[in-house]
This record gives sequence, C-alpha cells and structure tokens, in this order.
Amino acid sequence: MGRSESVPSGRPDRPAVPEQRSGEDPYLRVRDLRVRFDTEDGVVRAVDGVSFAVERGRTLGIVGESGSGKSVTSLAVLGLHNPKRATITGEIFVGGRQLVGLPEEEVRRLRGRDMAMIFQDPLSALHPYYTVGKQIAEAYRVHHPRAGKREARQRAVDMLGRVGIPQPARRFDQYPHEFSGGMRQRAMIAMALVNDPDLLIADEPTTALDVTVQAQILDLLADLQAEFHSAIIMITHDLGVVSQVADDVLVMYGGRAVEHGSVEQVLRRPQHPYTWGLLSSVPSLHGDADADLVPIRGNPPSLINLPSGCAFHPRCRYADRNGDRSRTEVPELRPAGEDGHQVACHLAAEERTRLYREEVAQVGVAR
Amino acid sequence: MARFLIKRIFSATLTLFAVSVLTFLMFFALPRDPVTGMCPKNCNPERLERVREELGLNDPLVAQYAGYMKGIFTGRDLGSAQGGHCDAPCLGWSYVTNEAVSDTIARVLPVTLSIVIPAAVLWLLLGVGLGMVSALRRGTWLDRLAIGFSLTGASLQLYFVGAVLLLVFVYNLRLLPVPSYTSIFDNPLKWASGLVLAWVALAFLFSAIYARLSRAQMLETLSEDFVRTARAKGLAKPKVYGRHALRAAITPVVTIAGLDVGGALGGTVITETTFGIQGLGRTAVDAVRAGDLPTIMATVLIAAVFVVLANMLVDLLYAAIDPRVRLR
Repeated sequence: MGRSESVPSGRPDRPAVPEQRSGEDPYLRVRDLRVRFDTEDGVVRAVDGVSFAVERGRTLGIVGESGSGKSVTSLAVLGLHNPKRATITGEIFVGGRQLVGLPEEEVRRLRGRDMAMIFQDPLSALHPYYTVGKQIAEAYRVHHPRAGKREARQRAVDMLGRVGIPQPARRFDQYPHEFSGGMRQRAMIAMALVNDPDLLIADEPTTALDVTVQAQILDLLADLQAEFHSAIIMITHDLGVVSQVADDVLVMYGGRAVEHGSVEQVLRRPQHPYTWGLLSSVPSLHGDADADLVPIRGNPPSLINLPSGCAFHPRCRYADRNGDRSRTEVPELRPAGEDGHQVACHLAAEERTRLYREEVAQVGVAR
Repeated sequence: MARFLIKRIFSATLTLFAVSVLTFLMFFALPRDPVTGMCPKNCNPERLERVREELGLNDPLVAQYAGYMKGIFTGRDLGSAQGGHCDAPCLGWSYVTNEAVSDTIARVLPVTLSIVIPAAVLWLLLGVGLGMVSALRRGTWLDRLAIGFSLTGASLQLYFVGAVLLLVFVYNLRLLPVPSYTSIFDNPLKWASGLVLAWVALAFLFSAIYARLSRAQMLETLSEDFVRTARAKGLAKPKVYGRHALRAAITPVVTIAGLDVGGALGGTVITETTFGIQGLGRTAVDAVRAGDLPTIMATVLIAAVFVVLANMLVDLLYAAIDPRVRLR
C-alpha cells in the first residue's frame, strides 16, 4: 500500500486493488436472502427473499418500519445471527465471497475487517467497563495480530482524531460514559473504520442523537466515505436521512422489498402505496405548513402471521382495485418503467402514476 | 478513595457500636439471672453473690458497658478469679469455660476461617463456572444437568448432605478420617483431610445459588448490545465471552459473594455442628445457651466486624470492576 512501516496502516494484507471503476461487480451483492426464526409461537419469516447490491463508494438506504426486516438483513450480512435459531438461505457475496454457509471462523475474519457495523445506540453498544481507546485498539489488534500495543494505540488515537474528536490522545483513556452522545457515536464510527472496511453498515446511527448532532454525524460519514471509498448501507426509518445520504433506496415491508431504485426515483416518483404513505407522514420544509400529516392507517403486520397476498393490503387504500389479487397473490418485485426502478404492487403502472399524481402528490408532501 | 475509606470506617465504627449496645441490652433484657449459668454446680447464695460482685453485675449497666469497652481498647483489671489483669483487646472472662474469652476466640476463629475460606473458593469456582457453561450451552443436556444440580443443591439441607457425606466417605468407604480441626501450620494434609467434607457440603449448597445467579446474569449480558459489538469487531468467541461478557455478568455475583462470605465467617453453626467441629458458630450458640455474656458479646461483635468488612470490600471491588462507580 506504499505506506511507511512506522505508521500503522489500515490493512496490510489487502491486495493492491486499482481504483474501483464503476461497472465493476458491486462489493456487496445479496440475492434472494431469507432469514427465518423458528419460535415457540411459529415460524418468523423476518426476511423473505430480498435482493440488492451496493458498490464501493455508494450508499444504499434501507427504509421501513420496525419489524420490516431491515436490521435482520444487516445482521445476516455480518453473520451475527445465532445459527441455532436463525435459518438463512440465499446468497450474500462480499468482495466476491459467498458468506451464506461459510464456516463461522471464516466469517469472523471478515467481520470488522472487510465489513463493519455502526449500531443505533452507542452508549449500550460500547462496553461500559473498558476505555473507548482500548475498545478501538482491540478492534484493530484482532485483525492485526502482529501489531503491538503501542501501534494499536497510535492507530486508535489517529482514528479518534480522524472522526473529529478533540484531544484524541486524552480521550483514548476515557470511558464511554465520559463521552457525550455525539462523541460516543463518533468513537463508534472510529471503531468501525479502524481496519478500513470496504463495507460499512450503519443501523440507525443517528436515531439516538439530537438533531444538530445527527447532521454532523451524517456529514462525517459522507466525508469518510469519500476518503475510504467504502460501500455503505444506511438503515433508517427516517426518509430525511435517506434523501441526504443515499444513492439508492430499498423500501422494506413485512420482510420483503416493496420498492427499490435510485433515491431520485423512489423519493420523487414513488410507485408503491406504502412508500407514498411513508412520504405523506413526513413533514416537509417546502410544503404547506398547515397541511396535515397523513399517517399510514393500521399497524405493521406480525411476521408470524403475515396477511395473505400482498402483506400491505390491509393498510392499502387501493387494495380493492384488483379484485381479489391483493388478498391472494404475493406481488413480485418488477421493473417499474424507469431504468432500475422496481416495485412490488398489483396496481397497473398507468394507474399508479395517475393515483400518485391525483391523490398523493396533491396533499403537497411529495418533494 | 481516601475520603471513601475514612467515611466507611467511621460508619463501620458506628455500626459496631450499635451492635454492641444492642447485644448488651438484649442480654440483660432476658428474663433470667446471668449468674446462674456462670456458677458451677452446688451453688449457694453467697457464692452467687461473689460472682455477681466480681463480674460487676451489681454496677449500673452503663458502667458495665463502659468497663467492657475500655477492656477492648486498653485492657482492664479483672478479679483474681478471672485471671487478674487482662490485656487489650480484653474480651472478658468466661465463668462457663473458665478462660479468657480472647483465648477462646483465638482457638475457634481459625477453625471457622479454615472452613469458610476454602469452601468459598470452591463454591465460587464451581457455581460461577457451572452458571457460565450452562448459559453458553443453553438448552443442551449440559445446561439441564447444571440446572438440575443447582435445584438439588438449593432444596437440600446441610445437615442432610453432611450426614450422607460422613456416612459414605468416613464410615463406609473409610476414605477420610472423622472430621476434626488441625492447624494448617502443624499439618496441612491433616488440616485438609479433616475439613474437606465440610468444604464440599458447604460448597455444594452455596454453588447451587451461584450457578443459578451467574447463569441468569450471563444470559442477560449475552443479549447486551456491547456483546454484539464485540462480535461485530470480529473477536473470537472465547474473547467475547471471557473478556466482554463475563466481566459484566460477574458484578452482581461479587455483591452476593461478599455478603455470603462475610456472613459465613461470623460462624457456620450448622456445618460445625454436623461435622462436630468447634468453630465460632458453635461457640456462639453454646454461649447463648449457657448465658455466657462475655463470649456472646465477643462472638456477636466478631460476626458484625466480618459483615461490615465484607460490605466495604464489595464496594471496593465494585469500583474496581465498574469504572462508572465512584467511591465517595
């Protein structure tokens, strides 16, 4: 990698890959991923046939309510599900390697080195009994067994500085409870990036933070992505976050993908009634301030007992426009006109476009 | 830290003072003449009166208490029948055993220490070990075996377990000598062989509680976010469990262990009785039965000192384990 020996480097054993060109194989490719949990109450199909891909340098936003399967998907990519309780099928290719069915030890070697994760609540995700620096240095040393203590410390201090923590050498020796919420999330990011991973999964990284800090953390992630050229999955229920950072969006409902496309396509020309609902329930700075927010009626479905046919049909205003199809037939994810834009809905394309224009966009919430 | 220690020593002193006053008052509140128990057979009224005078029982209660406390700190002069001058820490003279109470304590305290400390090491290792294994192997036959073991231990009584152990190992198999106490400094092997059954019986019953407690704690800790973070870093399981989960799971165990060991050091009456070993616990019970005030006072105070010390130690350990705990 051409760095001098004295400076701790990110990944000594990474082959010298020339600058990634677009059009190459995406770094992460997930195909027909299914995650099932056998529980006493029945089988939970938490993820039921989801496919997506993320290239280096790009960000995929995965959006959905709680229980939509977005976090389960990301934990499956990292191989963090308990194999005794979760049954995982499908394909997860990370850097060309299929992870489903790979022995735990081999997935472990990739974890934290090739793919890393940032969790929602940094206070509970950091160990309360160890100093922040020690936890970061530990993450470095797992994948650099020959690195000494001093080298790991230097690397951790560098990373703390890199994520914008002032006086990193002093902060190294402090405990998580001595950090503020934003600083803790920065430390968490430093820990995730200490081995220069190619894939970074951020599971609601800003939900536990207040709004001003949220923006700082998102900016930081964008800067670091430009610097490290990593692929990012941003899991969130916040469409504002998605529009700010994502290149592509995957909307999940009841363990399935209901809409998939570029951020432009999904947020500006949404095709699925569920996506419409999500957009209508978000306040807009540009719309009419007096306009009412429209919540999606009903509740997210139980994954043990999903509604038949289209899982969204009990909450969908337009479910009865297809006879019984919504109740009997599961809609496939199909191309929706534009390049790469996909939607899983029984409504005819022209009708969707008309409904969106006449009924949804009218409310003044579409941006 | 220094401030913490000073504060704790101050409050410990207050506690011990309260314990001593209460014990003193309770003894005299009992509807029985303390002297009858202290006078050997064929007592006559004159003799009783002499003992009463020698013990200072005719003095006001406050004066008696002050004399007793003074003895502990500076020593005091007792009558010639009570061995004359008694050096600090003077715990008084027992008419029942006809010796200075400090001599009695010096004899029986090592016995209790020899029973409790090795037993505590055993029960902690066994209990925490079992709890961890069954948490990590949750739902397997190993887990069920450990749960069965701890249920059995929790529902048995020491005098039963002790009697079975004695019957099997001493009287049937003749593998071990009849339990007795020998000083570890005289003959370590005899010390161990004489007490091992007591250790095993105590450890069996106590480890049951510790296995359950540490299993529950470990299971709770394993579902913590920071354990998932440790795995997401790519740490191997032994490190995730040993370094990240165990340290968090062990904290409540430390608290209970401190209190249990502190309490047990004050005397293990049932164990000592079952195995026929004279330790602090049996001495205390004998003293109560005989109405032997100086010995009662001494054993109660020593038990209180152990409990207070154990509490202080638990707080110090807590602060050492959890950096969020500040001692002040």
